[in-house]
Amino acid sequence: MSNPQRPIDPALLRGMTMPRITRRAALRGAGLLSASAALAACGVSGTSEEEQPQAPSFWASQTKAGALDFANWPLYMDQDKVGGKVVYPSLQDFTKETGIKVNYKEVINENAAFLGKINPSLKAGQPTGWDLIVITNGVELDKLIRQNFLIELDQSKLPNFQKNADPSIKNPTYDPGNKYTLAWQSGLTGLAYNPKLTKRPITSFNDLFDPAFKGKITMFQDTTDFPTLTMIGMGIDPAKSTEEDWKRAAEKMTELRPQIREFIDNAGEADVLSSGNAWISMAYSGDIYILNNSGSPDIKFIVPKEGAALWTDNMMIPKGAKHPLDAITYMDYVYRPEVAAKLAEYIAYITPAPAAKQQLQAKAAKASGEDKQTLDGLIESPLVFPTEADLAKAKRYRVLTVEEEQVWNRIFQPIIQS
Amino acid sequence: MSTGGGRGRLTPYLIGLPGGLWLAIFFVVPILVMLSLSLQSGNSEEGFRFTWEWSNYADAWEFYHTQFVRSIVYALIVTGICLLLAYPMAYWIAFYGGARKSTYLFLILLPFFVSFVIRTASWKFILNDQGIVLGPLKDVGLLPEDFHLLATSTAVIGGLTYNYLPFMVLPLYVALERIDPSLVEAAHDLFASRASAFRRVVFPLSLPGVFAGVLITFVPVASDFVNSGILGGTQTTMIGNVIQTVYLTNNDYPLASAMSFMLMAALLVGIFVYARALGTEQVMEVSQA
Repeated sequence: MSNPQRPIDPALLRGMTMPRITRRAALRGAGLLSASAALAACGVSGTSEEEQPQAPSFWASQTKAGALDFANWPLYMDQDKVGGKVVYPSLQDFTKETGIKVNYKEVINENAAFLGKINPSLKAGQPTGWDLIVITNGVELDKLIRQNFLIELDQSKLPNFQKNADPSIKNPTYDPGNKYTLAWQSGLTGLAYNPKLTKRPITSFNDLFDPAFKGKITMFQDTTDFPTLTMIGMGIDPAKSTEEDWKRAAEKMTELRPQIREFIDNAGEADVLSSGNAWISMAYSGDIYILNNSGSPDIKFIVPKEGAALWTDNMMIPKGAKHPLDAITYMDYVYRPEVAAKLAEYIAYITPAPAAKQQLQAKAAKASGEDKQTLDGLIESPLVFPTEADLAKAKRYRVLTVEEEQVWNRIFQPIIQS
Repeated sequence: MSTGGGRGRLTPYLIGLPGGLWLAIFFVVPILVMLSLSLQSGNSEEGFRFTWEWSNYADAWEFYHTQFVRSIVYALIVTGICLLLAYPMAYWIAFYGGARKSTYLFLILLPFFVSFVIRTASWKFILNDQGIVLGPLKDVGLLPEDFHLLATSTAVIGGLTYNYLPFMVLPLYVALERIDPSLVEAAHDLFASRASAFRRVVFPLSLPGVFAGVLITFVPVASDFVNSGILGGTQTTMIGNVIQTVYLTNNDYPLASAMSFMLMAALLVGIFVYARALGTEQVMEVSQA
């Protein structure tokens, strides 16, 4: 094969196999199972449990085991084919250097579904079989942290993270001080549009109210993204928003609703934008990068001047992990610029270690022909390496307690499902 | 007929037992659980407790009455269109289908061999704003450039009608097929015009089919969520979509259960009124004739 590294656009394949709705907002419904508990009792039993705090000596007593069981999402790791077998070069390098053999499985297709599988073990205090898992920030992650199901990280074992991590993913609202998680990859939720149809550049959330775009706008149908982007558009920081802010945002959303054609799947923006059914849509940065490279180069992704929302998939060690030291070693390893570069080149989302850019530039300088073009495109893409101005405008999602979540949904659901 | 033995009297119950158990386990029990859930308060993490929380019902109505009313209106429209489309079709197959009757019925059932979701999604492809139907019409100038069908009530009602039409055809066909053609001849012999023969003989005899067809179309249409989800836009959400999201995504079980019960109650009342209006007893007698 002339280009063995990219037999099929991996990002495209990932986009198809892993629609965003399954990753971020969907199915918080592991609770479905607990609903059946109502059969036995009059009420539905909850899942909160008191657990022992982590012993201070936990990390001191750990030793390298030479093994790592790593669960990740499909096509979220650089891969290659050797003799018909899929191999992961960056993991092979890791093994070579540290002696830790990685049992890498791309078994996570949905946050809730995966956690549903390991939750019984976590609750029972049993090993889940995994040392490292990747979960998107959001309700599922909040629950893991709240229920004390994750191992607290030893910050002294994370020198590369401290040195190379982008400020935007350090100390996130959903995990203050990176107590439990480190970012794997991130993406932005902003707006995308087709300049040929809008006939003017879109720069602001308020542009959506232009009567010329009536019925030509689509938004995501989950209850998180539209309210969040609306609040950002109104100058409210969603992460710090109050119930009053939510109500104001709800009014704004109702005002905008006649402009909106429909609410789409969280992977649906590529479809409506490329078909021309929508002129402007809420969009994930990575999806538009894929779209641009697969037949619709005209579609533009923008961070509105008021800002955009930043989401992150995170690495974490579940309680009961058998090889925590090996896991934390790997977590820090991916923050080396050369490793981050290797991953970014394949994954094409926002890398957590921006120094990867220089690595890729050096590689591009040495490459030629099509390889060089691909690399240059990747380096220059603000979707993979957002500008500092863009990242400065990126806001985090609101962390909701379970009571707040109910209030939030009761305010926003009737607007989105109108 | 009866053997008079104990076993003979028990037989009908024994025969009904497997089906009865099935319904008891998979229908009655969940219904009771839902009823209990609809009166609980709490959240998915700390658990729900039974507190006679009647406000769930008030909230459900306050937040979602638009979608609720819309679903009933859509269901009425769709059932009406289905009846108008299906009756002539079933009539023709029953009286003029001849030896090919089963072939025609098979053709009507054929779409069922393709997934419901795929069929509905293909509507999306056909009705695309710049697609194979609207595209050329816009190019010729017959339609304004910003005309669209997708994401409108028309698309949702169209999709629902398409998906539920066979449910109307089949019971109508069964009722019409049983009508002896000689009855129509007899009507003609008694100087009835074609129209009055239909009005006074055929139609009344087909009423059980109409009754059944309307029921098994109206009820699922009112709670459908696929068509509105795929073909709908901002002002076309049906109550089924809301229940699905509130239950599966938001895990607000009490609110979702309350909505389910309100829908069920509305449908039951509607069916009861409808049955009385049409005179079920009369209908049932005819069907036994």
